[in-house]
Amino acid sequence: MMEEKLKEFFDKNFSGAVLRVDEFRDQLSFYIRPEFLLDVCRALFDDSELEVRLLADICSLDWLGDSDEEEGRFEVIYNLYSLKHKFRFFIKVKLPTDNPEIDSLTSLWATADWLEREVYDLMGIKFAGHPNLVKILTPDDLEGHPLRKDFPLTYEIPQFSFNKDDPPEVI
Amino acid sequence: MEETTTRRRTMNINMGPQHPATHGVLRVELELDGETVVKATPHIGYLHTGIEKTAESKLYYKVIPTTDRMDYLAPMSNNLGYCLAIEKLMGIEVPPKVKYARVLLTELTRIKSHLVWIGTHALDIGAMSMMLYAFRERELIIDVYEACAGQRMMSTYFRIGGLTDDLPTDFNEKVEKVLKRMPEAFLDYERLLNDNRIFRNRTIGVAKISADDAINYGLTGPILRGCGVNYDVRKANPYSGYEDFDFDVPLGNNGDVYDRYLVRLEEMKQSLRIIKQALDGMPEGPFRAHVPGVVLPPKEDVMHKMESLIFHFKIITAGFKPPKGAVYQAIEAPKGELGYYISSDGSNKPHRMRVRPPSFVNLSALPKLVEGGMVADVIAAIGSIDIVLGEVDR
Repeated sequence: MMEEKLKEFFDKNFSGAVLRVDEFRDQLSFYIRPEFLLDVCRALFDDSELEVRLLADICSLDWLGDSDEEEGRFEVIYNLYSLKHKFRFFIKVKLPTDNPEIDSLTSLWATADWLEREVYDLMGIKFAGHPNLVKILTPDDLEGHPLRKDFPLTYEIPQFSFNKDDPPEVI
Repeated sequence: MEETTTRRRTMNINMGPQHPATHGVLRVELELDGETVVKATPHIGYLHTGIEKTAESKLYYKVIPTTDRMDYLAPMSNNLGYCLAIEKLMGIEVPPKVKYARVLLTELTRIKSHLVWIGTHALDIGAMSMMLYAFRERELIIDVYEACAGQRMMSTYFRIGGLTDDLPTDFNEKVEKVLKRMPEAFLDYERLLNDNRIFRNRTIGVAKISADDAINYGLTGPILRGCGVNYDVRKANPYSGYEDFDFDVPLGNNGDVYDRYLVRLEEMKQSLRIIKQALDGMPEGPFRAHVPGVVLPPKEDVMHKMESLIFHFKIITAGFKPPKGAVYQAIEAPKGELGYYISSDGSNKPHRMRVRPPSFVNLSALPKLVEGGMVADVIAAIGSIDIVLGEVDR
């Protein structure tokens, strides 16, 4: 029921924004064009019928080296929940390799603050309009974004008595 | 006469990272005007171990032990969320006995986690003896853990498609002990805290948040229900057979620290009800689903049957390959909505595992809770959110 309402909502208001609708294991996902994200979310938030008020999570994927990379290397997933209808659905956007950037949702949801900072820190996606976009989890001197697939996985050789005088070696 | 000018001077103080009341390594940068908090900035990441990244280089079933280490006070809840997500991805239906055992054990986990919370939170705000009593009762639950998994804390008892092993023979006896002891213990706690003047003064009206703000901050769990919002994943979107059980969702009114305490205390009592129902109605049957090539065959069969040995070998060495796609499974962990977003690219390792940590999201509302209040109330607020930094930083 809520699924039909949502599809109708997108058909009526944002027919040009939706790239495709995906249903996998009873989960509904809407792939939308990145430039419409803020408008779509604001409309969902304000819609008195749907009442999508809980932004449960924001996460990101890196499709480097996969067949999905053609549509855009990065994917940002917005996990939305309607407390009124007890219904969860996803809004997904694909972003290009170079300078991935998308509008921040901090103007709608206070919880987007930390969630977006985490995505920025670990995946390197910028959020335009975020009031305080700084690292949150990794140390200040760490360069790069660990969750990207091309982040080098290194290994530091532990120092024992036989190599304690050598400088720490990183492979 | 000299004109007196009043100048507002504020002082910056670091609370943490090494501070007993921050429940781990959390640093809160406080800007104080006298004793009033003007601005609070939490700094996290001291325990960041890259669990999400680690999962990308492990076979699906090898991820389970790392999930224990996130919220180390509620390991079974973390296992359950992960196993349910993979079962959803693979389309596995588990036997009824597994469902009941999982429900029973995760409800025990909820009590265990809340007991640590009630002990440390009361200790933070001046009721020292609570700690000793809460940890005494917690020991009974740890005994159940030990009987099941052989481990007292990092149990890793759930497997994809079932349990590690069948429930032990003295399982009923050990759970009965908990069921018998806990109601008395709750009476003790209530007598110690409910009408305790110091406890009431330090919690009533402290760190209040309205229902709308709480939803806007994405809060879940007892902190959201303390504001009167009826959202419990067990009721809203039942998983693992929770729809078969009869229990209530306690709600608060004021959204302050005291209401969160009442909600958690009542939740423990409701958990006991669920445990009793699960124990009485525990079905007979296998403790693992029969899905060759995906779910490990029971050890007994591996020793005696050729096919089981082959499947065992194949699963351990090569794993299994789920279809391409992504699933999200949310469960009601003791601290709030714990979600696993598993993205699969069709290979035998997760393409990406995202954990929606309740502690992380709940902690992000800390500035909202404490700004404008007294510096001593910051301790009460942090305690009432019930964070585990292992989960916040992952």
